[in-house]
Amino acid sequence: MEWETVIGLEIHAQLATRSKIFSGAATVYGAEANVQACAVDLGLPGVLPVLNAKVVEMAIRFGLAVNAEIPSRSVFARKNYFYPDLPKGYQISQYEHPIVSKGRIDIKLEDGSTKTIGITRAHLEEDAGKSVHEGFGNFTGIDLNRAGTPLIEIVSEPDMRSAKEAVAYMKKIHSIVRYLEICDGNMQEGSFRCDANVSIRPKGQKEFGTRSELKNLNSFKFVELAINHEVERQIDILESGGKVIQETRLYDPNKNETRSMRSKEEANDYRYFPDPDLLPVEIDKETIERIRSTLPELPDAKKQRFMDEYRLSEYDSEILTANKDMAAYFEKAIQSADGEAKLCANWIMGDLSAVLNRENRDIMESPVTPEMLGGLILRIKDNTISSKIAKEIFEAMWDGEGDAGTIIEKKGLRQVTDAGAIEKLVDEVIVESPAQVEQYQNSTPEKQGKLIGYFVGQIMKKSQGKANPEQVNELLINKLKTD
Amino acid sequence: MLLHKSDIDKIAWLARLAIAEHDVSNYTRDLSNILDLVEQMDQVETGEIEAMAHPLEIPARLRPDEITENNQKDHFQQVAPAVKNGHYLVPKVIE
Repeated sequence: MEWETVIGLEIHAQLATRSKIFSGAATVYGAEANVQACAVDLGLPGVLPVLNAKVVEMAIRFGLAVNAEIPSRSVFARKNYFYPDLPKGYQISQYEHPIVSKGRIDIKLEDGSTKTIGITRAHLEEDAGKSVHEGFGNFTGIDLNRAGTPLIEIVSEPDMRSAKEAVAYMKKIHSIVRYLEICDGNMQEGSFRCDANVSIRPKGQKEFGTRSELKNLNSFKFVELAINHEVERQIDILESGGKVIQETRLYDPNKNETRSMRSKEEANDYRYFPDPDLLPVEIDKETIERIRSTLPELPDAKKQRFMDEYRLSEYDSEILTANKDMAAYFEKAIQSADGEAKLCANWIMGDLSAVLNRENRDIMESPVTPEMLGGLILRIKDNTISSKIAKEIFEAMWDGEGDAGTIIEKKGLRQVTDAGAIEKLVDEVIVESPAQVEQYQNSTPEKQGKLIGYFVGQIMKKSQGKANPEQVNELLINKLKTD
Repeated sequence: MLLHKSDIDKIAWLARLAIAEHDVSNYTRDLSNILDLVEQMDQVETGEIEAMAHPLEIPARLRPDEITENNQKDHFQQVAPAVKNGHYLVPKVIE
């Protein structure tokens, strides 16, 4: 039987505020245990939560960026459950009246087509603390620094049909929250994480199958692996006559498998009710319009502009605009490169991205600044250097040896374009290679095209890569002519 | 609305309350009576009325995003039953 996969994602993005959602404690990552947990975060008796205005603004920014409605009124609710890192015995979240209602975004599929993914809602909530199970003997250590950190939970419609689509959607949301500067997107630190609801059904069937919820997916790679693994597991169950049970499963990246977290005790019964400590939030039209006017250019709009303004392909534009910082780097480099957009794009997506990946560095920390890269590209364009030498100069710039001009002079890398000097090298090589000359002259034009590479190679070697390759080619072809 | 013993067991479990076996019948009767009292509301026509989230007819006041709380960890941990290396200790939680 042919099966169809149905996926919906719940993404938790940590909002990049200075203080917590309901208290004035700091939210800095990596602080010493419990130094950022105040009386409100600890759930001590007599405290009252007070909502952070920035959190509301950030949620509205997100809603507007995903074409969502912002209801005029939203309400906080208590989600009740017991766990040691949740001191109050309930999490303040939103239930019936989330701050952001229905929205949608477009994702790009592998075949180049576009698909719209619905967003059911996005609501605000507080994060829980952290349980540390190692290092405390028969106890568990609780660090409440993270308790009360603001989160926006973004719930998608079950619109995705493969793990790849789920990853494309997650990457798009990641890109949007970073463009909006409402979340740092750091997945290692848990600022951006997701749960996936996965089910399968016979192709053509309208009703959904029974779903399982995968937790602990903190990288794009794990989302893809875990979903694919879960789909296989469900197919095996159904094809051997079994039934999928609705349950929560934990993904284990070390074993690449999911295992059930289900236990009788865990049966979810959260008994949501409006939090009497918090009044409803009212958002007027003026506030929404004021926030709308501060929205930055978003990835889709920027991509279209790159295609129109710089004549880049959709593929190049998509890659360059997926990351806000990379897009900004590109636009700065162009300014220093006299508008050479395609060359800038190639260098950023090629050599620069490769070395950033290799050294695991962010483009903002690149020792080669956009101005330096632009300068290098100018030198290629005005024929001072060849593309091959440019790679050498790029490495030297990365190693802190100065800008392109300095390195060219210091290392004597200026390209030889003097016709007389090049001709001398061409003549030398021809004299030194009688056998190859004879073979060349007795070959078909098609074969000659391949054989000429030998001569070019020898000449470039003699010039230490500095001879202008086009000039060398032209001279060679003329000199090797038999007539 | 008549509750059953199993409802009481479940409610007690959700609230992490240890209820003595001989008290269960009392709780069953008392909670059922409370629900009966509330059930009278069902006779009122409420179709046109928006559910109330809060009895106060005012919107939330928001605070600016500023750090106003400084570190009082040592103070708070004085009243904790057990702490180690800055962490609050609880009986081991196995996932």
